[in-house]
Amino acid sequence: MFKKLGTAAVTALALSAGPVLAAGAAYNVENVDFSFDGPFGKYDPIQLQRGLKVYTEVCASCHGLKHVPIRTLHDKGGPELPEDQVRAYAELYEVFDPEIDDFRAARPTDHFPESMLENAPDLSLMAKKRAGFSGPYGLGINQLVNGIGGAEYVYSLLVHFEDPPACAPEDFPGSYNKTFANGGYPESCKDENGHKTVKGSWIAMSQPLWGEDVDYDDGAPNDLESVAEDVSAFLMWTAEPKMMQRKNAGFTGVIFLTILSVLLYLTNKRLWAPIKGKKNS
Amino acid sequence: MGGIPHDSYEPKSGGEKWLYRRLPIVGLAYDTLMLPTPKNLNWMWIWGIVLTFCLALQIITGVVLAMHYTPHVDYAFASVEHIMRNVNGGHFLRYLHQNGASLFFVAVYAHIFRGLYYGSYKSPREITWIIGMLIYLLMMGTAFMGYVLPWGQMSFWGATVITGLFGAIPFIGEAIQTWLLGGPAVDNATLNRFFSLHYLLPFVIAALVAVHIWAFHTTGNNNPTGVEVRRTSKAEAEKDTVPFWPYFVIKDLFGLAVILAVFFAVVGFMPNFLGHPDNYIEANALATPAHIVPEWYFLPFYAILRAFTDEVWAVQFVGFITGGLIDAKFFGVLAMFGSIAVMALAPWLDTSSVRSGRYRPMFKWWFWIFVVNFFVLMWVGAMPAEEPYNTVSLIASTYWFAYFLVILPLLGVIEKPLAQPETIEEDFVSHYPAKTGGAQSAATPAE
Repeated sequence: MFKKLGTAAVTALALSAGPVLAAGAAYNVENVDFSFDGPFGKYDPIQLQRGLKVYTEVCASCHGLKHVPIRTLHDKGGPELPEDQVRAYAELYEVFDPEIDDFRAARPTDHFPESMLENAPDLSLMAKKRAGFSGPYGLGINQLVNGIGGAEYVYSLLVHFEDPPACAPEDFPGSYNKTFANGGYPESCKDENGHKTVKGSWIAMSQPLWGEDVDYDDGAPNDLESVAEDVSAFLMWTAEPKMMQRKNAGFTGVIFLTILSVLLYLTNKRLWAPIKGKKNS
Repeated sequence: MGGIPHDSYEPKSGGEKWLYRRLPIVGLAYDTLMLPTPKNLNWMWIWGIVLTFCLALQIITGVVLAMHYTPHVDYAFASVEHIMRNVNGGHFLRYLHQNGASLFFVAVYAHIFRGLYYGSYKSPREITWIIGMLIYLLMMGTAFMGYVLPWGQMSFWGATVITGLFGAIPFIGEAIQTWLLGGPAVDNATLNRFFSLHYLLPFVIAALVAVHIWAFHTTGNNNPTGVEVRRTSKAEAEKDTVPFWPYFVIKDLFGLAVILAVFFAVVGFMPNFLGHPDNYIEANALATPAHIVPEWYFLPFYAILRAFTDEVWAVQFVGFITGGLIDAKFFGVLAMFGSIAVMALAPWLDTSSVRSGRYRPMFKWWFWIFVVNFFVLMWVGAMPAEEPYNTVSLIASTYWFAYFLVILPLLGVIEKPLAQPETIEEDFVSHYPAKTGGAQSAATPAE
């Protein structure tokens, strides 16, 4: 009797967990140990500068960062470029100025340009709108140590362009990517129940990084994984430029409130002592 | 104020007397703060202060955010990014406000469950309970409209789905929906009116909070025993109570500080944990997200809304006898609002003369099932509308209604309650035997 009940319970659990697991397995986000993970994590300005270089030389030819003011490259807790370099960097871009009704070289106070291509999404918030570890996708509470997983998502997307599986027709549009979830997907790669048999989907973007795409001035490694990591870190910064300030404020709040709690606890104990004791004395 | 005998404010100095004859505001503050409060209140009675704090936090951060926010479909999303990037401290204010809503709901659910367990809704506190339910409804409305303001994908599609519910009302539904949206679909007019109401409703809530406090200051607080404070004389009342200031103010502030330490850790280290990443994608009327999921605090009611599909016999039956007037969609809407209505009617549905669940052996079980059931509803609310979630949400929704409409009325009749203490003092003494004074008090027999 109990054995039967047990089997039924296990089956029910397996049934209910099935779709969750299936949803989780439909694409693939790898954890990367970024310097900014966890409550004590910090952006590495040198890595952000390398990521900026990758962004500028590769991503920027199609994508934009319209929410990011160029001057913030100088900000503390960011890439921390010296001011003269920020000014020189801004001049790489041309922006439309409605006052002179013409294009002019960008200044630090301007934002990065918008995307050049209609279907290339803006990257300002990419690392926050595809949060690999956030609630709906399962991993939940380990956000505290791993961050929201947005940078990991970008990294995984960039390194998981792979040869298309055999089930796909050769002329299927797009590039096969094991991480990208919402792209095109050939019917021939689904089983009889309509479930996907391979991870990821087909993305319109062709593989942007191959390794050795940029040469770093500091001689840092520029293989595919390193370059992808650098640009993911940079995009995490563009999505959450105030992360350092936020964590600092969080710490101040937690420490202050913990001390306050202790003081209030002692006050409360002393205050109530006569009330709690008097009745029996 | 209030039926419990206690010292009232007496103006002493000349200035106080002068003011007292013209505006007894100091007396009002004195009587409010010195309210005789049952001394046996446990830690579940701290949520009132947490809620008051949340309301203040949301209003203060909200007023500052409104200085930098632009309620226009073309600028709303960018103006939130402007707050996050360019406004001094704006990123933290915004995260405080965003997560403050979650803290507000954590506290309100704890507060409501405390009321349900200790029978705080029972006579003579029905008005306090009803006002509380109104506050809760307004909170949900305010939170929903606030979630629309950042104009992300979930903002837009959440607004579309929820306002679409009103469209399910027969005959007048579409007119109401158009009136709510200010047009045929969620657009600039919707964003503007939601912003306006999101700013207005918290002040209505604040006014209702004052009435809520006024009401329970008139009846006196409930307490974990449910036994009333003795009111025959001041001396007796003082054995059951202590003044709110300083005893409960300090205790509640301690609880608040601990909760805020956790809250600041969430805001500082994982502020997007409770949000949905899709809301960092700007609203796009042409791209529907794969799963439209409301914020966590709406999930139980979202589950009830979706539980009653065409396949449920009750839905088919109601549809049949009303000639198709009440279809599955409208039935779901009625169930969702009905779930709160039955909770508001708890004072009249609960037939037991015993207030506190502590002395109700059968009620306890049903209550804790109700709490677990609430979390089950929250879980299925986040799941896609497919089996086995549909069945689970149907069972859980049915339990919600059964708890109020069947279990509470029946338990009062069939349950044999345990013996209650005669007085609050008796309960308090039994909890704190010989705490100070050690040997001396142990030698003295208890009163």
